[in-house]
Amino acid sequence: MRVALFITCVNDTLFPGTGRAVVTLLRRLGCDVEFPQAQTCCGQMHVNTGYPEEGRRLARHFVDVFAEYDAVVAPSGSCAAMVREQYPRLARAGDASFAGEVAETVPKVHDLSEFLVDVLGVTDVGAYFPHRVTYHPTCHSLRGLRLGDRPTRLLEQVRGLELVPLPGAEECCGFGGTFAVKNPAVSAAMCGDKVRNVAGTGAEVLCAADNSCLMHIGGTLKRQRTGVRIMHLAEILAATEATR
Amino acid sequence: MSGGTFLGMPAFPRNAAAAVQDSQLRFNLRKATHTIRGKRASVVAELPDWAELRAAGKEIKDHTLRNLDRYLLQLEEAVTAAGGHVHWAADAAEANRIVADLVKATGETSVVKVKSMATQEIGLNEALQEEGITAYETDLAELIVQLGDDWPSHILVPAIHRNRSEIREIFQEKMASYGRAAPEGLTDEPRALAEAARLHLRERFLSTKVAVSGANFMIAETGTLVVLESEGNGRMCLTLPETLISVVGIEKLLPSWRDLEVFLQLLPRSSTGERMNPYTSTWTGAVEGQEFHLVLLDNGRTRVLADEVGRQALRCIRCSACLNVCPVYERAGGHAYGSVYPGPIGAILTPQLRGMGSALDASLPYASTLCGACFDACPVAIDIPEVLVHLRGKARHPRAERLGMRAAGWVFDRPARLAGAQRLGARLRRFVPGRLPGPLAGWTDTRDIPDIPAESFRDWWDRTDGGAR
Ligand code: SF4
Repeated sequence: MRVALFITCVNDTLFPGTGRAVVTLLRRLGCDVEFPQAQTCCGQMHVNTGYPEEGRRLARHFVDVFAEYDAVVAPSGSCAAMVREQYPRLARAGDASFAGEVAETVPKVHDLSEFLVDVLGVTDVGAYFPHRVTYHPTCHSLRGLRLGDRPTRLLEQVRGLELVPLPGAEECCGFGGTFAVKNPAVSAAMCGDKVRNVAGTGAEVLCAADNSCLMHIGGTLKRQRTGVRIMHLAEILAATEATR
Repeated sequence: MSGGTFLGMPAFPRNAAAAVQDSQLRFNLRKATHTIRGKRASVVAELPDWAELRAAGKEIKDHTLRNLDRYLLQLEEAVTAAGGHVHWAADAAEANRIVADLVKATGETSVVKVKSMATQEIGLNEALQEEGITAYETDLAELIVQLGDDWPSHILVPAIHRNRSEIREIFQEKMASYGRAAPEGLTDEPRALAEAARLHLRERFLSTKVAVSGANFMIAETGTLVVLESEGNGRMCLTLPETLISVVGIEKLLPSWRDLEVFLQLLPRSSTGERMNPYTSTWTGAVEGQEFHLVLLDNGRTRVLADEVGRQALRCIRCSACLNVCPVYERAGGHAYGSVYPGPIGAILTPQLRGMGSALDASLPYASTLCGACFDACPVAIDIPEVLVHLRGKARHPRAERLGMRAAGWVFDRPARLAGAQRLGARLRRFVPGRLPGPLAGWTDTRDIPDIPAESFRDWWDRTDGGAR
């Protein structure tokens, strides 16, 4: 299967390790991973901040880059949800041919855990990670993509890993893209509660399927010197005894 | 308390920042919203057909809104045939004048009110005051808000931001100036507080000849108005006075009596977490000895209806489920929204009804993280995040942001530019300060920024040929 990696601009720039982990993991599972170099950004920041024109241009670019692949995998629930929810809306305000291309491309775009569980049909990816982990199901993974228990089913199969539940897991961490900048006080209050819940689990690692939320929570975890590390789901699933 | 007094408030982020500092407020809000949230979730889970009910509620409302002109005329005909009088009000000023004239025609100088958001939206109490007419709120929470010279902060529980001891103080200090004083030695026991309100209000009900109400629903087919409430005060208000004036937004319509069945299930479960509503009152036209007037209020609603995406906000049945699940409302409190419609629904309804001319109204579509909890909770499936994003697209943006977004768009337009920007960032990574300047300072006040990696993913892929080298 020709799988294209949509790394997302945030991961590309700030979290390249997540991208490398996805490549390692998918190759281990027998996929032929390609990285279309022409990709840039899904346009989420523009659309969600109120710049639909710029967003539409980036959506066109995305469709041009990824239309030819069998499957597109993104290690970001939020960007995958952006493509799935917003692209058809953006296309409706565009021309008919764009709407057609969007309708063909969008169903091929998957978040990593969707791709593993639904397309490849695996939950045991052969990972080894002997740590106490708690999982935060970010809003867009939870209510945008409806990932359900796919990520935790994957984590439960990881050898050595102890998964501890996170109280108030379904509550938003307060990132919300530009919300964290436009409403810093409320955002910080929300993140404060989230961090308290994370620290209370006694986990060594906070895991999620979105580095943006992790960056936000992780920045607070670090500022408060909790010692809890953040890791993207892909990084845990890519870990094996050999990598240790 | 009126929509009018809210204007001129600073923008949402500033209001919210102040509210976040009020630990008592945060405690009260958290406790109350989480309690109702839990009750709602459990009674909703009891119904195996909740998803179908929700879809039916959405469909009925959409159908009605699509044919609003037709159903409104049908309603007018039915109300008139039943002996009532129908008045059409294009905006707040017109509605207030109609009500004031109707009250003056009775020769009375006071009215009792049963909770009506529409009259708060138009600032009716203040408008009546100017004409020498005093309006008395009779809903317990509204009474607390009125006595406390305060603003409502929640759709269903307007005094949600107050705790028991605050209410006791308000009663002791203010009740006497509004009528019967609070009893001696009033404690802050809920029973004692309720009894004090009951005695105070009973005197009011028995002596007032004009009532102003809102309505949860209007039935076009029969000309019937419906009010759902849980104290019985509404029923006293609706039946005792000689003249009843109902001010209702035109979107509150349902085509037929049968449609009510769906909403009598959706509303109580979503709002109070109850299976059934304690008091459901319906009235049609003028009953024996009572004169009935219906004021149909537009006040921006037809403009909202004209917006293809935004119009879904008019499906709202004011259950407040979205407020109770909203993490932003929980921290910011209702007053920060500067409108009688706080929380997620307020964030999409207020800027549509009032326009986005003021700084406050323009900031409301941004008062959300787009987490989607409100959409999931909404019994008529209003896609609040969709409308928020839509309104943001119409908002005026600050210049610096516009430039930043344009610059980002320029970078993202060509992969080579993105790679160049990443390399520049990597080169400068040691110089990134721990505290960022300008609008980004809000981020670094409480968070560390992540380390910028030495090499982007795309450069790694290039250098190693996708990890092969
Ligand atoms: S938007 Fe939906 S959830 Fe919110 S008050 Fe209206 S009907 Fe209830």
